[in-house]
Amino acid sequence: MTVESTAARKNTRGGGKRTTAKKASPAKAKTAAQAPAEAEQDQLVQLLTPEGKRVEHPEYAIDLSDEELRGLYRDMVLTRRFDAEATTLQRQGELGLWASLLGQEAAQIGSGRALRDDDYVFPTYREHGVAWCRGVDPTNLLGMFRGVNNGGWDPNSNNFHLYTIVIGSQALHATGYAMGVQKDGADSAVIAYFGDGASSQGDVAESFTFSAVYNAPVVFFCQNNQWAISEPTEKQTRVPLYQRARGYGFPGVRVDGNDVLACLAVTRAALERARAGEGPTLVEAFTYRMGAHTTSDDPTRYRADEEREAWEAKDPILRLRTYLETEGIADQAYLDAIEEESETLGKRVREVVRSMPDPDTMAIFENVYADGHALVDEERAQFAAYQASFVDAEEN
Amino acid sequence: MAVFEKITLSKAINASLRASMEADPKVLVMGEDVGKLGGVFRVTDGLQKDFGEERVIDTPLAESGIVGTAIGMALRGYRPVVEIQFDGFVFPAYDQIVTQLAKMHARALGKIKMPVVIRIPYGGGIGAVEHHSESPEALFAHVAGLKCVSPSNASDAYWMMRQAIESDDPVIYFEPKRRYHDKGRLDTEAIPDPLHAARVAQAGTDVTLAAYGPMVKVCLDVAKVAAEEGKSVEVLDLRSISPMDFDAIQTSVEKTRRLVVVHEAPVFLGSGSEIAARITERCFYHLEAPVLRVGGFHSPYPPSRLEDEYLPGLDRVLDAVDRALAY
Ligand SMILES: Cc1ncc(C[n+]2csc(CCOP(=O)(O)OP(=O)(O)O)c2C)c(N)n1
Repeated sequence: MTVESTAARKNTRGGGKRTTAKKASPAKAKTAAQAPAEAEQDQLVQLLTPEGKRVEHPEYAIDLSDEELRGLYRDMVLTRRFDAEATTLQRQGELGLWASLLGQEAAQIGSGRALRDDDYVFPTYREHGVAWCRGVDPTNLLGMFRGVNNGGWDPNSNNFHLYTIVIGSQALHATGYAMGVQKDGADSAVIAYFGDGASSQGDVAESFTFSAVYNAPVVFFCQNNQWAISEPTEKQTRVPLYQRARGYGFPGVRVDGNDVLACLAVTRAALERARAGEGPTLVEAFTYRMGAHTTSDDPTRYRADEEREAWEAKDPILRLRTYLETEGIADQAYLDAIEEESETLGKRVREVVRSMPDPDTMAIFENVYADGHALVDEERAQFAAYQASFVDAEEN
Repeated sequence: MAVFEKITLSKAINASLRASMEADPKVLVMGEDVGKLGGVFRVTDGLQKDFGEERVIDTPLAESGIVGTAIGMALRGYRPVVEIQFDGFVFPAYDQIVTQLAKMHARALGKIKMPVVIRIPYGGGIGAVEHHSESPEALFAHVAGLKCVSPSNASDAYWMMRQAIESDDPVIYFEPKRRYHDKGRLDTEAIPDPLHAARVAQAGTDVTLAAYGPMVKVCLDVAKVAAEEGKSVEVLDLRSISPMDFDAIQTSVEKTRRLVVVHEAPVFLGSGSEIAARITERCFYHLEAPVLRVGGFHSPYPPSRLEDEYLPGLDRVLDAVDRALAY
């Protein structure tokens, strides 16, 4: 038998409820964690209220031209349209899986438009809006979700790294890349995207340590969409996530993730800090995943509809639209033109995906090594001969 | 008491966890999304409702943390059953499993036990994106101190889980995810096979197919097709990868004189390599043909549109049977 104390034995029984130590029960811990989180909401950096009213923030001033404002709106609408099309394509069996960004458009477009061309992005698997800002053809994002490749683009052509599925890994890659940028004496910055769930991974903690110790020019952009599949943020942390940074020795800031202007301003400032040699920043974009985690997920098992409804009132696109309309920056004709453009995009995405060919079987053996490998060559030849035997059999 | 004429493999594991938790208050279930959601495959469905959050623990999203704390709880007398959500996500925990979990008993001169079960849904065939279809069993079986098993049907899924939880050694329990919905018979009062014994799933005389987990069904299908062609194929369900029941393989090979090992994992340095080497040592004078292996290639698991080609299917296994018989 394993070591076992009487105290431990006493505290459990068949039904699983502890008879003592009620105070330490997880249910209590949860409320304790929620209270400060709610208080911290006051500290959200916000430049555009949910009602679409422009407000100022002492540290994050921003002055955008009408054209830039319209651009942000267009980016968000087109990204949402693309995302909706991908969800539909998954439902129609054209994609194996889709991870929707619905609700996170402002966080992604705001941060994405803060980047310079020579900056480098390390995304997770949901950064379709950031990819859009980098100029990646959206149809390239769909290959891996369709199952025809495990990536689908050259990371160096848009300084947009491949999607990373293993949670948190890319935070270290971003940090190392930033260390390289620093060694090169370049003045570009690096940004790593991840979720609130990912903040629990050792890799993310280690990337905080490395970036702080080496003063690496990296911005950690955490989209806290409140959920990691079925687990709420309280299952990952007892303090608001942005406060983690302080313990590592760099600043953290929480921004209204549904406010595209605030996301742009805060990310821009963090990137400038990195460029100026002042080291990393953690940006926590406080936002919401409006859909399921992925098309395989069923959120009705773990969350209430009312929660989504409350967040719909903070919709990032509607609030910018209200602002643009009340300020006379966009008229109906403009909004209609964007709608039309998004229909065209949806149509193109549908057509490209439907005509995406399956990869050649022999692709299994391609690009396993840069220098080649005798075993791969042998297996390729054997498999080719095996397949050819069927063709021969048919011909005979 | 309970006889299920048709129960899915995943429900059988659920029933097994439930029975183990009822039998022993020290048994805990831990992992990402195992609570309300019941796991992404619903294997732990309803357990938190019935046993509470103290015993069915939704963990932070950190695999090293999950296994590391399970080790600590085992040191304190608990018997944690941890879920790794998918095969490709076990690697953040690989360090804890290999450097700590596997060696603890030996380092403590046998004074402490490590009754930790690590459940890993593994293997391909479900059309998933990368890191969701891998077969890393050889990486674990290679490590002394770990036991590795993989059921192929509902009854084994139930009994092997119960036995794994009762074991004082760490057990990596590989769940063939593409068989989760396959139905089979389960008698929860039966006397089960020992955890590490292989089983003849189909008797035959001309060639032995040795497999475990997801490939057992493919091999049984091969046996049917081969029978139509007048060939008698014996199918061994190995059930346990470490320890491996070499006696059972030897007995079969002494009868059929031909052996083909089938697994999804890459052939190179896979569990088939070990079987081929041992059986060649043990049965050299009985063998009419070299031991053949059918499995994955020395390449990353391909995108899902190619997995039918990558995974050993009926044709590739039949081809190997023909080659073995041609010697
Ligand atoms: C190492 C690892 N463990 C588990 C998973 C399975 N998984 C995929 S996404 C996810 C939740 C991620 O939540 P979060 O980091 O908050 O990002 P979000 O998807 O909400 O944007 C989990 C558990 C994984 N991909 N990688």
